[in-house]
Amino acid sequence: MNYHAIRAIYLFEMARTWRTLLQSIVSPVISTSLYFVVFGAAIGSRISEINGISYGAFIVPGLIMLSLLTQSISNASFGIYFPKFVGTIYELLSAPVSYLEIVISYVGAAASKSIILGLIILATASLFVPLQIQHPGWMLLFLVLTAVTFSLFGFIIGIWAGNFEQLQLVPMLIVTPLTFLGGSFYSIDMLPPLWRTVSLFNPVVYLVSGFRWSFFGVSDVNVGISLGMTLAFLAACLIAVWWIFRTGWRIKA
Amino acid sequence: MIAMQPIISVSNLSKTYASGFSALKNINLDISRGEIFALLGPNGAGKTTLISIICGIVNPTEGTVLADGHDIVRDYRDARSRIGLVPQELTTDAFETVWATVSFSRGLFGKPANPAHIEKILKDLSLWEKKDSKIMTLSGGMKRRVMIAKALSHEPQILFLDEPTAGVDVELRRDMWEVVRSLRETGVTIILTTHYIEEAEQMADRVGVISHGEIILIEDKAELMHKLGRKQLTLQLQQRLEQVPAELSSHGLELSDDGNELVYTYDTQGERTGITALLKDLNDAGIRFKDLQTKQSSLEEIFVNLVSERR
Repeated sequence: MNYHAIRAIYLFEMARTWRTLLQSIVSPVISTSLYFVVFGAAIGSRISEINGISYGAFIVPGLIMLSLLTQSISNASFGIYFPKFVGTIYELLSAPVSYLEIVISYVGAAASKSIILGLIILATASLFVPLQIQHPGWMLLFLVLTAVTFSLFGFIIGIWAGNFEQLQLVPMLIVTPLTFLGGSFYSIDMLPPLWRTVSLFNPVVYLVSGFRWSFFGVSDVNVGISLGMTLAFLAACLIAVWWIFRTGWRIKA
Repeated sequence: MIAMQPIISVSNLSKTYASGFSALKNINLDISRGEIFALLGPNGAGKTTLISIICGIVNPTEGTVLADGHDIVRDYRDARSRIGLVPQELTTDAFETVWATVSFSRGLFGKPANPAHIEKILKDLSLWEKKDSKIMTLSGGMKRRVMIAKALSHEPQILFLDEPTAGVDVELRRDMWEVVRSLRETGVTIILTTHYIEEAEQMADRVGVISHGEIILIEDKAELMHKLGRKQLTLQLQQRLEQVPAELSSHGLELSDDGNELVYTYDTQGERTGITALLKDLNDAGIRFKDLQTKQSSLEEIFVNLVSERR
């Protein structure tokens, strides 16, 4: 293993985070706080409790997941797309690093960043609503797994994207709708039966549900199924990345 | 003496792009340890493709490349850690400092941090003053130096310079040559591509010419310079000749097809050019001429002829 390279890329990517602190960390925190003000305090006070949990607290796991997904994808996709775009990827390709090392360092940095972000949002949320975490171990497990999985997914998008428009396409057209429709702001039990069934095809439902379970001990779907689905998506992303590097798709001529 | 193993050995290398374009055709090339090798060729000849394959940026279609005995595909770690690449395009990070980007490169190539070495490189390349500047604030010439510094950060044995002086002013170009020469003194093998003939003349030990994806000439620069040292004297005759007169045969003259010109080829580096004797003999033979001109063939001309013959 070329540990020096992993360290160099990881620190390089994290330096990007600190350099763009305002954009990377502060702006998601602000927008999340706005959600709390609007959905938690303003509208939430008129919404009855869900499964015995105040609406303000109920949306916290969903909001963290929303940020975790979008940030993981945008961090990781930008991290690998940008060198491709400006041409500095030549150095990565000519370096004695394996594909595994490239993935570990880029995805690791993107995931670290979103985990830090998730924890900051959690801390911010605790200022607005009383929070308790019943299963902290599971909470961290879902946090890390989701960050890693969607950073991998973002990495794939970054390699696939041929221009900035495509870079935004998947997050905007697929991920954001899936997250909003994935029970971030409601329990899927509140939906009519047909839509409930449709929702079960949305992978984000499982992430939000499992994550919420680790906070409150209640969930839309069994936590084991949530974990299984998350791992399945992680495996799918790993296979895709493996294939990309094996074939050099969109990276090497 | 046992012949030294070449530091780079390219065998039967071909590259055909997905579009069907054949960029390299069966390239065979050995680079000796410690030499400066100049790869000359027009745009689109395949210079950059060849370098990109050796450095791992482009996959070869066929053939093998060994770098210091290590296969660039199978043994890519050992091969690549010995190679530094300065690509043609000025592609650098914008927001990083010079120090950070050069240190990053060293880590990327698997070497532990060594601030003293980075300092030395930056000083050698006159970048030390700029070490804390963000790269985007630097001029084009300075950025080029940064790219060289990055390529040297991991102490490579082989350095590829792809068009190192394209778009670089004269002063920087001379500086760059200085840097390359001092690198060679430390034992680094240097392969540079260029389409400036002057650069090859100034720097290289050997010159290879590539055109349409094929190597059409590999020669010692001294050999080429010898050819360069030749001059031609063309005499335009007042009366056309059927053949070179017998009394002039010792001069090795050539008669043009139309019989109106006599061409004498001589070596300017020789002790005697033989011109005085020739002119005297011409006078004695009663051959009068209207005009004369001398012409030196340049490397450029040899090169253009070679390339155009292939078209």
